Amino acid sequence: MQVTLKINGNERSAEIEPRTLLVELLRDTFGLTGTHVGCDTSQCGACSVHLDGKVIKACTMLAAQAEGCSVTTIEGIAPANGPLHPMQAAFREHHGLQCGFCTPGMVMSALALVERHKGKPLDEATIRHELEGNLCRCTGYHGIVAAIAAGARAMEG
Amino acid sequence: MGKFGVGQPVRRVEDQRFLTGTGRFTDDINVDGQLHLYVLRSPYAHAEIRKIDSAAAAAASGVVAVFTGADFETLGVGPIPVAAIPPANDGVKRTAPFRPAIATGRVRYVGEPVVGVVADTLANARDASELIEIDYAELPVAATMPDALASGATALHAPQYPSNLLLHWAIGDDAATKEAFAKADKIVAIDIVNTRISPTAIEPRAVIGEVDANGRITLTLPTQGGHGQRRWLASSVLKVPESQIRIVTPDVGGAFGMKNFLFNETVICAVAARELKKPVKWTADRSESFLNDVHGRDQLSHAEMALTKDGKFLGIRVSSLGNVGAYLSQFGAFIPTAAGGAMHCGAYVFPAAAVDVKVVMTNTTPLDAYRGAGRPEAAYLVERLVEKAARELGIPSVELRRRNFIKPEQFPFKTALGQTYDSGRYEEVMDAALTRADYAGIAARRAEAKTRGKLRGIGVSYYVEACAGGSGEQPVLSFDRNGKLTIRIGTQNNGQGHETVYAQLAAGLFDMELEDITIIQGDTDEVPTGNGTGGSRSIPVGGSAVQLNVAKMIDQGKSLAAEMMEAATVDVEFADGKFRIAGTDRAVGLKDVIAASFDGKRPDGVTEGLRVSENFNPSGATFPNGCHVCEVDVDPETGTVAFVRYTIQDDLGIAVNPMTMAGQIYGGAVQGLGQALYEEAIYDSTGQLLTGSFMDYCMPRADNTPSFDFAYTEVPTPRNALGAKGAGEAGTIGATPAVANAVLDALAAVGVTHLDMPMTPLRIWQAIQSAQGKAA
Repeated sequence: MQVTLKINGNERSAEIEPRTLLVELLRDTFGLTGTHVGCDTSQCGACSVHLDGKVIKACTMLAAQAEGCSVTTIEGIAPANGPLHPMQAAFREHHGLQCGFCTPGMVMSALALVERHKGKPLDEATIRHELEGNLCRCTGYHGIVAAIAAGARAMEG
Repeated sequence: MGKFGVGQPVRRVEDQRFLTGTGRFTDDINVDGQLHLYVLRSPYAHAEIRKIDSAAAAAASGVVAVFTGADFETLGVGPIPVAAIPPANDGVKRTAPFRPAIATGRVRYVGEPVVGVVADTLANARDASELIEIDYAELPVAATMPDALASGATALHAPQYPSNLLLHWAIGDDAATKEAFAKADKIVAIDIVNTRISPTAIEPRAVIGEVDANGRITLTLPTQGGHGQRRWLASSVLKVPESQIRIVTPDVGGAFGMKNFLFNETVICAVAARELKKPVKWTADRSESFLNDVHGRDQLSHAEMALTKDGKFLGIRVSSLGNVGAYLSQFGAFIPTAAGGAMHCGAYVFPAAAVDVKVVMTNTTPLDAYRGAGRPEAAYLVERLVEKAARELGIPSVELRRRNFIKPEQFPFKTALGQTYDSGRYEEVMDAALTRADYAGIAARRAEAKTRGKLRGIGVSYYVEACAGGSGEQPVLSFDRNGKLTIRIGTQNNGQGHETVYAQLAAGLFDMELEDITIIQGDTDEVPTGNGTGGSRSIPVGGSAVQLNVAKMIDQGKSLAAEMMEAATVDVEFADGKFRIAGTDRAVGLKDVIAASFDGKRPDGVTEGLRVSENFNPSGATFPNGCHVCEVDVDPETGTVAFVRYTIQDDLGIAVNPMTMAGQIYGGAVQGLGQALYEEAIYDSTGQLLTGSFMDYCMPRADNTPSFDFAYTEVPTPRNALGAKGAGEAGTIGATPAVANAVLDALAAVGVTHLDMPMTPLRIWQAIQSAQGKAA
């Protein structure tokens, strides 16, 4: 079957098997390997992307369901060799990543949670609660939580 | 010292690619013409394979080949080997039970590979595997160590091993320990379960096997060092010279010990690629990771401690069962014995000690090193026992520790179990932690919590562990014509930040920019030798090796600069990136000296690009140590535990990059507290893994973990050039007992005296009910 959607601002089409998952379309068909697969069951959040502005787990959605939607992946946030988005810069500054595997999903979740809490205080408890769908095995979350707080401040300023 | 060098929290150079999604993990790589492997696994924990009918699968759409254990036998594929088996009490040397990459004749754990299906797509391989018919005859299952040792238990590896006891190992002095216990005023005993853990790196394992026209095999996979994988494959599995195998490791998404080992699927990809002369790719799904990544811990211990009435430690004895699973992984038998067994004296002066461990085979996934590897088990046991002794004697536990700590002037200190600790200031480090944690003010906080119906608990641990001894590291360092430095080193980054920290070390010493330094790891063709990352060795040993080799390059530079300036080498100094004749203003810059090494006449001992490759060997193990203080609120109505405060003071020796070092501690501590409160790999009595997904296996998450107050005291180690002790495992080792002690401290108020991990709400609630005589 044919699927057409907007990825990082560009309209893309592909001929796919109906059982193709959105994450497979992104990774295997379009080579956007920044979106990772860590669990297949929507617990770990390594596959988090934005679908029409909302953060979703791309491992648990059929590509066909994204027909006509607008998808943003980590590759759409900042260029590979260019300046980082303030949230990404905060992750670097606050050592919010180690192996880097969960990182794209963490950044996508972080951006969405800042958006959801726009104009409201973003304290540590809120960040921690909002992040329960993204697993990290390296950092112990300490640096990630600090990075999101700082990134949110930087995005406001 | 410039802007880099030892002690600077340099931000990481690798972060740019990970943050922009341009990291390159194994599953991100696709090779032209690649086939896909699906592994059909045993649904039984113990069964005879009577018949495999794979004809329909072989004929299915897209299928290229089907491999069974019998096929691998025919192809002459050798067993997955063992790297270390400790000496047994009876003096008889043990050999590893035969461990095929694909089961032959019998399956011994759920998840063991039984058939490999290779097809054009993963979907086709998976669909075809459903057409395979296997006739299993079930055998009795030994899912636990007591079951495996029970009389009449079916021996997994008969006739080679007539029982499931692989070996009985012991260390220490039985007679002296008996004597110590005979004169004790007080003997305190504890039975401890150290739970089985799944390592759960967020990147699942993946392998791409390729073969060239000469039959040389390239394997791309996440490892903790490709040289070990190459050695094991070459010597035992494929029986070819090492030069016929290349191991490539791109970015690795967490490892924690587990990715150090040679797994079945690596072998299957290698053999399938060789036989089919096409690339073959396999990526684990999460269920496969739970089933076939090596598990960690899993020990049952009985321990006793002898004390005088004023709390002086006289002796300790420990008897443990250590689980290795259904087959021996490379260090499976080494972890509960030599790695951990010798650390049961902890941070204390025990005049006498005796430890014995029975290493047991069970119908479960093989076990091996998981962050800490034996030392967390020892530290957990000792620190639980010390806490219990303190309660029974009515002495505050920090006071009991204080009375028995090894004192700074006693180092180097040889323990009753034969370990010679390097250095430490244990009491000072503990006091720093207690002060920051406001340990003295706990009574008021406990009273305040009580007004909210909560049970406040504070738990302390003082851990000491052993790291970074053993093998050396021999990197290759060289400059190119443009003055760019390349460091090739056989440790392996899995997230620790080696690209930054090694570059930082060299940049500091040469006074050069980080971006002019390239670190090359993860390719056995590019890096001649290596002993990998494990045992927290990458900074103490790898970093020392970088430092040593930079010093050798500077020596070469001095000799060349002396020639250029027509001076004597002994008169040349190196500072601020310049070689200078001491006491004069005559100098040549590093870049000019490098250029001259390519173009000019070189004195003896000076090479093009000042290339060096010296081995650095540590003179012995280091002993990182530190104090964790954990404060929790337990809700007696629900049994839930909430973190209130978490303080860590560590002595990790010299800190090279305090930011990445702290990162190791935070991440390690969360793995340690995960074991204390949440994580457990659970098998039922038939050997089925009940925790096969993240829905069943409770991971530490952002919303059930604390932030940390971490600081450190630098007591250098004399065992390596940098004075660094290693930070990779310390956090895990300290956290588990501190959190458990905190929960038990909270529950003491309601009469609970013992609890095993994981201290889940259900277990805590049940313990409270039963302590109060109203069991549910």
